[in-house]
Amino acid sequence: MREATAIFRKQVLDTRKNRAVLIQFIMFPIMTIVMSNAVKVDDMPEFFYLKLFSIMYMAMAPIVSMSSIISEEKEKGTLRALMMSNVRPAAYLLGVGVYDFLCCLIGTMLMSKSCGLDDGPWWRYLCVIMIGLVISIILGAAVGVLAKDQMAATSLSVPVMCLFTFLPMMAQFNGTIAKVAKFFYTQQLYLALEDINNVKIGTEGLIIIAANAIVILGFFVLAFRKEGLTNE
Amino acid sequence: MISVTGISKSFGDKKVLDGISMTIEDGEIFGLLGPSGAGKTTLIRVLTGQLKFEEGAAMINGKDVRKLTGADKKQFGVMMDDFGLYERLTCYQNLKVFADIYGVGDAEIATVLKEVELEDAEKKEVKKLSKGMKERLRLARALLAHPKVLFLDEPTSGLDPQTSSEIHEIIKKRKEAGTIIFLTTHNMTEAEKLCDHLVLLNEGKIVERGAPKELCLRYDHQKKIELVTTKGETVSLEMNRENAEKTSAQIAEFLKEGNLRTIHSKEPNLETVFMELTGRKLEV
Repeated sequence: MREATAIFRKQVLDTRKNRAVLIQFIMFPIMTIVMSNAVKVDDMPEFFYLKLFSIMYMAMAPIVSMSSIISEEKEKGTLRALMMSNVRPAAYLLGVGVYDFLCCLIGTMLMSKSCGLDDGPWWRYLCVIMIGLVISIILGAAVGVLAKDQMAATSLSVPVMCLFTFLPMMAQFNGTIAKVAKFFYTQQLYLALEDINNVKIGTEGLIIIAANAIVILGFFVLAFRKEGLTNE
Repeated sequence: MISVTGISKSFGDKKVLDGISMTIEDGEIFGLLGPSGAGKTTLIRVLTGQLKFEEGAAMINGKDVRKLTGADKKQFGVMMDDFGLYERLTCYQNLKVFADIYGVGDAEIATVLKEVELEDAEKKEVKKLSKGMKERLRLARALLAHPKVLFLDEPTSGLDPQTSSEIHEIIKKRKEAGTIIFLTTHNMTEAEKLCDHLVLLNEGKIVERGAPKELCLRYDHQKKIELVTTKGETVSLEMNRENAEKTSAQIAEFLKEGNLRTIHSKEPNLETVFMELTGRKLEV
């Protein structure tokens, strides 16, 4: 636990000066606040921007930030120094993962509260987002573990992120895409937020989300077994 | 004590360590001297449990390196070229991360920063430090948990003579405190100056071993002496039995004329010994 706490503290200090990661955490909350207050179109569904940007944030920020943090540490050799100092991979991933989760959660809280979501639906909304954040963090960690350096992490994370982020958006306009998109956790969570005042996930949705979580966890385990944390 | 017996390690078809055996006593500075690619870093990785090896055995303070626990690893200080620093954090913050991991306090951070003479730079971001200062910070990190064994992989590579000398002094102080120092280098001057014992490594194999002076004497085939005259000229004379009378006469002549400033024996240096053994230069 001491190791994970040390990693968490390190991450707090480091991210303040790491613009590439910092922007992932603040971009969507700022966009949500600005768009919700500045762009109001007649007949626009309630909380339109909140729903749209929440899903994008939930999928994008953890994947990009986790993969970027891990791959940078691999590239710069700091991860190797940590491992030599007897930091277990699980403690490292926990420290970074919890940090990432909390940052995204704070961002989500800001987004939702700034849009005036009431307390009752707010908690359910947060639960849905938290499920998505955990899955995206594992996916981001898998990408970070697979990538040997930051450039490789960007090349890998962009298509993964696009796949999970933009499918729910495109599914709104295309029936065929919607048929495929429904097998992705981001789409199921987007559907759960469709009526944000009455958040619900059906049995089918739960099964798809659980299946996504298992597949992504399996992908992470395979990536970790293949590459480990230290480019060895 | 470090005891290594017949260690071999391959990367694919390439054997990078081939039957390495050595013993290192407590409070000793042990040098592994060899050119780039000789297997020096790989051996440190093997001994610190970062790499698995195929054959042989290695024990550090009675512990098998294949079965090192977290507590065992805490007794090692490791400074390697590819162990990076957090560039956006300050010197203090960098050490604080590792102090938290080791469970040591702020007092230790202050002590090591003073030891490596970085106390004035503790609030400076690492990216703003010079190369020499970064090396000293890396060394401070390795010293933080009071290691019993210090592994230093080319600690002064690419540094100016003054910074190298400062690092040498820190290493000597730790040796005096009883720490085993395991040092790799391709710098023969550093090896001669610092090490109690040396192993010359080439293409994964030990080609020679011994104390630096002893090694140079062992390969002193020509047995020459060098005279420097008062005018600054250098005269080389052979010091073998066949030339004894002639050499004595020449020295006597210089003395009579009052034209002699110094006389030195002229053993080969480690570079020459390495060249003789392998046909390769050290500093490549």
